[in-house]
Amino acid sequence: MCMSRSNYLMSKENDGGENTAPGGAGSTAAAVDGGNSGEFQKVLESNLLGHPPAAASAPGHRVLAFRNKAPAQEEGYQNGLRVLYSQNKGSSRSSSSGSARPTRHIPSAPVRILDAPDLLDDYYLNLLSWGSNDVLAVALGQCVYLWNAKSGDITELCSLEGEQDYVSSVSWTASGTHLAVGTAGGETQFWDSSTVTMLRSMNGHSARVGALAWNEHVLTSGSRDTTAVHHDLRMQRHAVGTLRGHTQEVCGLSWSPDGSTLASGSNDNTCCLWDASVGTGRFSTAAPRFTLTEHQAAVKALAWCPFERNTLATGGGTADRCIKTWNAQTGALLNSVDTGSQVLSLLWSTTEKELLSSHGYAENQLCLWKYPSMVKTKELSGHTSRVLHMAASPDGRTVVSGAGDETLRFWDVFAPPSKSSSDGGAGGRGGAAGKMLCGGHMSVSRLCYVGCI
Amino acid sequence: MASVAQTSSTENVITLRGSTDVVTDFFYYAVNSVLYQRGVYHPDGFAREAKYGITTLVTTDEALKKYLDNVIKQLKEWLLEKELQRLVLVIVGTDSGDTLERWTFNVHKEERPVLKDGSNAGDQQPRKSQKAITQEIQNVIRQITSSVTFLPLLDEPCSFDLLVYTGNDATVPSGWDDSDPRCIKDSSEVSLRSFSTKIHKVDTVVSYKNKTDEELC
Repeated sequence: MCMSRSNYLMSKENDGGENTAPGGAGSTAAAVDGGNSGEFQKVLESNLLGHPPAAASAPGHRVLAFRNKAPAQEEGYQNGLRVLYSQNKGSSRSSSSGSARPTRHIPSAPVRILDAPDLLDDYYLNLLSWGSNDVLAVALGQCVYLWNAKSGDITELCSLEGEQDYVSSVSWTASGTHLAVGTAGGETQFWDSSTVTMLRSMNGHSARVGALAWNEHVLTSGSRDTTAVHHDLRMQRHAVGTLRGHTQEVCGLSWSPDGSTLASGSNDNTCCLWDASVGTGRFSTAAPRFTLTEHQAAVKALAWCPFERNTLATGGGTADRCIKTWNAQTGALLNSVDTGSQVLSLLWSTTEKELLSSHGYAENQLCLWKYPSMVKTKELSGHTSRVLHMAASPDGRTVVSGAGDETLRFWDVFAPPSKSSSDGGAGGRGGAAGKMLCGGHMSVSRLCYVGCI
Repeated sequence: MASVAQTSSTENVITLRGSTDVVTDFFYYAVNSVLYQRGVYHPDGFAREAKYGITTLVTTDEALKKYLDNVIKQLKEWLLEKELQRLVLVIVGTDSGDTLERWTFNVHKEERPVLKDGSNAGDQQPRKSQKAITQEIQNVIRQITSSVTFLPLLDEPCSFDLLVYTGNDATVPSGWDDSDPRCIKDSSEVSLRSFSTKIHKVDTVVSYKNKTDEELC
């Protein structure tokens, strides 16, 4: 019954066996008299407990335990954390048996793979953005490359000078003509992609800028210095507001489609919802509308539902593994699904009621979920490391995923919006683009073409 | 659990009793967090509770609750007697009997003037805003939450026990026995953040068994 006590009594050689209450000297006396092993134990203990050996050797304490032990866990219970390690490896097939079949054909393999050397394997960065001009911006180490999805052309937009500097986030404006670039040095840059010139460089952060989000002319940047700053690009004094609601690095930012609410996710395991007016001007000290604390890990994945106003989907990191949907107006949790692995990004379909999520260990897959039932309809695997970023093409049909294995994979996940509009874009992205990449551009660029399946 | 709000009559002045409540509250939520996060009990047996500005998970099992309440009640006594040195949560493999993980919460006394409980607020009284203390505790709980990312998987049925280190002069009520410290041989240790009420300072250390053979597959 009382194993620890028996153990204690057995190891306590010099005291009489019956002497169950030896007073304070008991426990340490045993350790000292035990000779070498006692000495070892003592040193070990002092090491473990962070006490100087001198203090530990003094018989200054006794160790007590309550006799009525805590109840044992139920029979046959397996540690739920196994999913973090091996359980979801291979078992996902069986779990997906309960999932609904998709109503259309979704190719299981990527339609194209691009090599992206030096794509940083860092959870807290946002390195992919696909603009409405059908150009994909990718940050590889210190450089930003633009890959034209129609022609396959690649241009280098910029390259940072500093030795330790790297690009930590990129984001296109809604018009697709300009690109915001966040750097590890804490700068937020504003580039014109057509002329390849930097129009502005804005400070305001003391640490790297890992997240960017546009709301018309206002650019919001989130940083490791725990703040998010609104930059009004029309003004000379661009910093119009600072949001202080987090205690650790801000790694996800997303404006609602109607521009009324900003969602910010952070490494402090919370997600804050901000009114658009909050943080600007005289309201600069205002608090977030809601702080969502349900996640048990960092919140990077944020996505606003395009077809339901005020619905926000968030995904948690390794210790959490959940996708949660929220009503941003009331702060109510609508739904929560445990996905079995780290959630790194979320993307809504613009044509179907579906949500796509990207995951880390062990499967490194993309999952397609029906909304609002949150039934898994499809898993797309191929990446060999966690899938850090996702971005959708302007027609909403193709999704590109960037992973820690330094590849970009293109998936035709979502149904085409309509016959007429999808023909041009999809056709242009076919063989021609691939050929261009295979040709002379490969040596020029670091984004090179790997395969077309 | 006694609520923290009732503890200090004046806003920023904290008494020994108030500090004791803060510390034992922390023990309660920290122990619950460890039990949930490390998967010692089935996750279904926990309910979400908003505390320290974050969502914490607290057991709903009556027997476990009773055990924790009993221990916490006694911890409170010892804290008031100023005899409590540390609380240790050991996680033991049920079959092997080995200690797999050891969470140590060291309590250091910080007070300078001798404060008897109930003594009125003087100028020497330590001051620290409740908000600052809550923030510090929040950080510790959060670190416990994120510990799953570095601690090895507890891949066998486990049980846990709470060991209490007291001074030699502590009054020991019936129901409490001396115990082995249950140290882990060949362990790694990680120190987490600490928090302080200006009367007690609590730091948290987790030590765990080193995997000698090949790491988790």
